[in-house]
Amino acid sequence: MQKYKNQRQYHRIIYKNQSLYYVYGLILPAGIAISGASILELQINLHSNCYLCFLFRRILNNFAALVISVFHVIMNGDQDPILKQVTQGEYKYGFVTDLDNDALPKGLNEDIVRRISAKKEEPEWLLEIRLKAYRYWLTMKKPEWAHLKIPPIDYQDIIYYSAPKSNKPAGSFEDVDPELLKTFDRLGIPLDEQKHLSGFAVDAVMDSISVKTTFKESLGELGIIFSSFSDAVREHPDLIKKYMGSVVPYRDNFYAALNSAVFSDGSFVYIPKGVRCPMELSTYFRINAANTGQFERTLIVAEEGAYVSYLEGCTAPMRDENQLHAAIVEIIAHTDAEVKYSTVQNWYPGDKNGKGGIYNFVTKRGICLGDRSKISWTQVETGSAVTWKYPSCILRGESSVGEFYSVAVTNNYQQADTGTKMIHIGKNTRSTIVSKGISAGKGQNSYRGLVRVTKNADNARNYSQCDSLLLGDQCGAHTFPYIEVDNESAVVEHEATTSKIGEDQIFYCNQRGIDTETAIGLIVNGYAREVLNKLPMEFAVEAQKLLQISLEGSVG
Amino acid sequence: MLSIRNLKATINGREILKGINLEVKAGEVHAIMGPNGSGKSTLASVLAGRDLFTVTGGEVLFEGSPLLGLSPEVRARAGIFLGFQYPVEIPGVSMTNFMRTAINEQRKYRGLPEMSATDFLKLMRDKKALMEIDSALASRSVNEGFSGGEKKKNEIFQMAMLEPKLAILDETDSGLDIDALKTVATGVNRLRRPDNAMIVITHYQRLLDYIVPDFVHVLSAGRIVKSGDKTLAYELEEKGYDWIKEENEI
Repeated sequence: MQKYKNQRQYHRIIYKNQSLYYVYGLILPAGIAISGASILELQINLHSNCYLCFLFRRILNNFAALVISVFHVIMNGDQDPILKQVTQGEYKYGFVTDLDNDALPKGLNEDIVRRISAKKEEPEWLLEIRLKAYRYWLTMKKPEWAHLKIPPIDYQDIIYYSAPKSNKPAGSFEDVDPELLKTFDRLGIPLDEQKHLSGFAVDAVMDSISVKTTFKESLGELGIIFSSFSDAVREHPDLIKKYMGSVVPYRDNFYAALNSAVFSDGSFVYIPKGVRCPMELSTYFRINAANTGQFERTLIVAEEGAYVSYLEGCTAPMRDENQLHAAIVEIIAHTDAEVKYSTVQNWYPGDKNGKGGIYNFVTKRGICLGDRSKISWTQVETGSAVTWKYPSCILRGESSVGEFYSVAVTNNYQQADTGTKMIHIGKNTRSTIVSKGISAGKGQNSYRGLVRVTKNADNARNYSQCDSLLLGDQCGAHTFPYIEVDNESAVVEHEATTSKIGEDQIFYCNQRGIDTETAIGLIVNGYAREVLNKLPMEFAVEAQKLLQISLEGSVG
Repeated sequence: MLSIRNLKATINGREILKGINLEVKAGEVHAIMGPNGSGKSTLASVLAGRDLFTVTGGEVLFEGSPLLGLSPEVRARAGIFLGFQYPVEIPGVSMTNFMRTAINEQRKYRGLPEMSATDFLKLMRDKKALMEIDSALASRSVNEGFSGGEKKKNEIFQMAMLEPKLAILDETDSGLDIDALKTVATGVNRLRRPDNAMIVITHYQRLLDYIVPDFVHVLSAGRIVKSGDKTLAYELEEKGYDWIKEENEI
């Protein structure tokens, strides 16, 4: 009888989800005594460090959470059709949109880099960075240390720039090609602001360019900048110049250098001093064109006391050949700022025999520059043929906090080598790592994490927990924790468990009338709940569905 | 409702059930008693469809149809409930979610529409009150961190939620102090109806002071060796299981 942890209590941390107040605040009937928006308003006026305000906020939040949770249960009355749909469905985002593309020819050389820059009408300094990165990349070798088997990639056989032709840059809603809008509608991402009740602002990126950013104007009134990276280069060159590459320099690694040379689009977020961003900001990435790689950059800057929660989602069509995705995400958090970054990664994972799928090589890193700043990464990784990804935090400010919550699923022939780095530099810095790996089929799942406490990081604390769940006997789970401590006052804890779903657990569910497939879905979602709870509610529901789809057919 | 005819079952080639015969009609409560290792829990598991055991002979009819070929979940949906001797923990899965999934799967099987969330919450509330169960239970994970008594109460609570036609309670009394035993028994008694039946498996007569059976059967070495009314339980308590063995040998 194998069981995973049973001592731990799981608490629903509903009240942490700012998005909820908006989601339900708008949907709740007016009769219900509490309005989400007014709570948020109160929150803005509350002091962030005052204990009384903290208590008051807790009380409000708990009350709101109560109303919300009841309502949420009611709202989800029709969850089972979703389950049904899920247990039948395969990769449902695999369609291709027929669009005329404005693409550069295949291959990579200095000319291509110059042409990408020219297409985007970039200033000279940015082209210089690209060229430096490209030249540096030529001298590099791809990293071989990961627990991954990757066939050689022909970098000359990839298209580095492809844009849907009809899209006019920075246009209004009416200017966007209806075919594009339809695509995002099919993905469940309406770009029409009228349809957006849920308090999400979206930047939709198709292949190499941003299609549309919603709510740009209303956010602008608060001084928040949320735009495509290309727009930001034009409109806020000083900010880009100051921060781009400051966390992930182009010399960082092979894929970061490649991205810095050929990156096409992505999102830029700037939250000014003291502003709490009132909605979830999200970017939706879609690879559509064949033979095309996607190389986006995301840059998030939170000034003193600012707060933002950012979400990223990704899908791609089903294709027989592998496609490359190499992105960079940089986060800068100043004093007292907080950035939450959530990802639901659902790139096409390849078919049951391991054919096709996305190679996902991503460098994500945030720096807690200021004191008491906080960066939190949450990721649900269900897609991609290969995942190579280590969202990290550099904890420079005193008492700054880094968090990493991850669920990674590998089924069939998928491989994932993922984890995090927590670099403690400032005093009293704290970090938490919760990683939940799930392997099924012939999937290989590795956690790789580094906790480094430098000489001056007095009283640094880290808690790491790495759990692996195995479904079947042909899959693998691996844990590679690296701990480097140069300060005697540090406390670093690491816990790891490996478990299988117990037959007794499945029989218990069966005996209550629940079939085995559904039972596994329940158990896996329960296992991942600590992480799923960290996601904004809408994403959490989506992620639960995803987990179920990803593990379909893995029984027995 | 249930008729067991000459049922034989093995585990790893070792025969545990050596020909069980039992008739259970609607409205009846049957107690099965017997010493450790006599096959009581095996019988419960075989009826619920646990695949650890191999049925090597005999048949079981549930409401007139053969039961043994059915999967555990289909048996459950048809109305068979097993109260586990050792309830299983499922971390991270809330009781609400678990019960809701179970009820809706069962309703689907019976061609009923899914229960609305409001109705479901009301049902939870009513049954919790009926079973005198702590209202925090719903938000806790299935059996995780429950005390022995809480786990057993939780089994009876699930039984109340699912309203089975036939409930098999496998040593529900084991590990309970007298107060917990009374609560569990009261709960069970509230669920007794003319149209359902129960098989109560127990080692001790004590439980039967609170759940009064219509019939008592004594299982020994894989066979029912003696059947009678509730007085048989007292006799057993007084004379011990050796009495049966001796009597059998004669």
